[in-house]
Amino acid sequence: MNGIHDMGGMQDMGAIRYEKSEPVFHSPWEGRVMAMMRALQATGRFRLGLRPPIESLPHAQYLSMTYYELWLTSLIERLVASSLVTRDEIETGKPAQGSPTSTLALIAADVPGWIAKGAPTRRDASTSPLFNVGEHVRARNINPVTHTRLPRYVRGRSGTIDRGHGVFVFQDTAAYSEGEKPQHLYSVRFAARDLWGEQAAPHDAVYLDLCEDYLEPI
Amino acid sequence: MDTTRRGFLASTVAATGAAVTQDLAHAADDGHDHQALPSDPALRVKSLESLLVEKGLVDSAALDALVDLYEHKIGPRNGARVVAKAWIDSAYRQRLLADPDRAIAELGYTGLQGEHMMVVENTPRVHNLVVCTLCSCYPIPTLGLPPVWYKSPAYRSRAVIDPRGVLREFGVEIPDDVEVRVWDSTADVRYLVLPERPVGTEGLSEDALAALVTRDSMIGVAKAVPPQKGAQEGGRG
Repeated sequence: MNGIHDMGGMQDMGAIRYEKSEPVFHSPWEGRVMAMMRALQATGRFRLGLRPPIESLPHAQYLSMTYYELWLTSLIERLVASSLVTRDEIETGKPAQGSPTSTLALIAADVPGWIAKGAPTRRDASTSPLFNVGEHVRARNINPVTHTRLPRYVRGRSGTIDRGHGVFVFQDTAAYSEGEKPQHLYSVRFAARDLWGEQAAPHDAVYLDLCEDYLEPI
Repeated sequence: MDTTRRGFLASTVAATGAAVTQDLAHAADDGHDHQALPSDPALRVKSLESLLVEKGLVDSAALDALVDLYEHKIGPRNGARVVAKAWIDSAYRQRLLADPDRAIAELGYTGLQGEHMMVVENTPRVHNLVVCTLCSCYPIPTLGLPPVWYKSPAYRSRAVIDPRGVLREFGVEIPDDVEVRVWDSTADVRYLVLPERPVGTEGLSEDALAALVTRDSMIGVAKAVPPQKGAQEGGRG
């Protein structure tokens, strides 16, 4: 989706505001939001990815919200989209009468193991890669209205395959529980001048991780 | 799945508390009384947690454990141990660059949001900088949760188009003959910068070296600080 979140190459977003000795969380509620997101992720019951609800926000709203406000929005949307809670329950803060009680919550004893294991998205390769290291490729000029990991600033631009990462889950579909569609992922090197013109330094480069569906041969 | 902007406008406004949201909520006309929502996120989060606990979807003690883990155990000191080991042990450095997942696992810093790692090495000819233009991807097991500036529109927008300007803002001047490589973490691979070992650190122990490795140097917006400078300024981050 060509949303405001896809901001690589935009200008005039202001100075970078650096906070010395920044705390991990600025308020306790931020930690609770992060923890609820991770605890629910551990149960494998989300039917919607973290980012689609955030990327679908009106742009002005996206820019006016803090990071964990965006996460809170996403958490609620994911809960509702996954039929784990209803909007009425969120408004009242109480389970609807007769609604089922889950017994699958992540328990404290399992937290370190779950965090240390993570959620790998590399899959066994069953296909050969379409592109080889050193090959010139072009990022496709596509404009999906849903979640994608192909930023606008490289669409239609040419780059070079720098390395193959192996086969990974395709987030464009996985984020909506529409299948993993595993495919080869590559690190693609784009010369800074091919992206930004003469104002870029002559030898600089930007590397992006792009999957096969985003690339075409030249 | 309703993936249109209008669909989400109707649904997401119920979740947010900013004043502007109230107007949007009514514009979206989804039939809910949003005025009933407390606007303070702390109150809304408390209410949500108690709902999820009552429904058996989360356990408060597990949430406590998660917060504790990210506040006290998973942070940039982990990454600093990886870097210091790479500085003193050239065989480890080779393994780290060739097979980062396995080499980092040797020190135990694997897991969520660090399942698939790449380590990029700074040299006298190359300076590496990591960003996530689309969101906030970050190697959490080695660096902890990302700082606010890393997730900010200012950094995400500019790091790819003007990396040298961004670095200057962080006080790092990169000579013209050094190549700047920006790594935009667009997929599920997470990036850790292996900074250059500062000069004058030949005799230092692994622990003493780890103390010189800042979070920012592993993102690529700073250099690892020489010992005397570190003692004076403490580094940035």
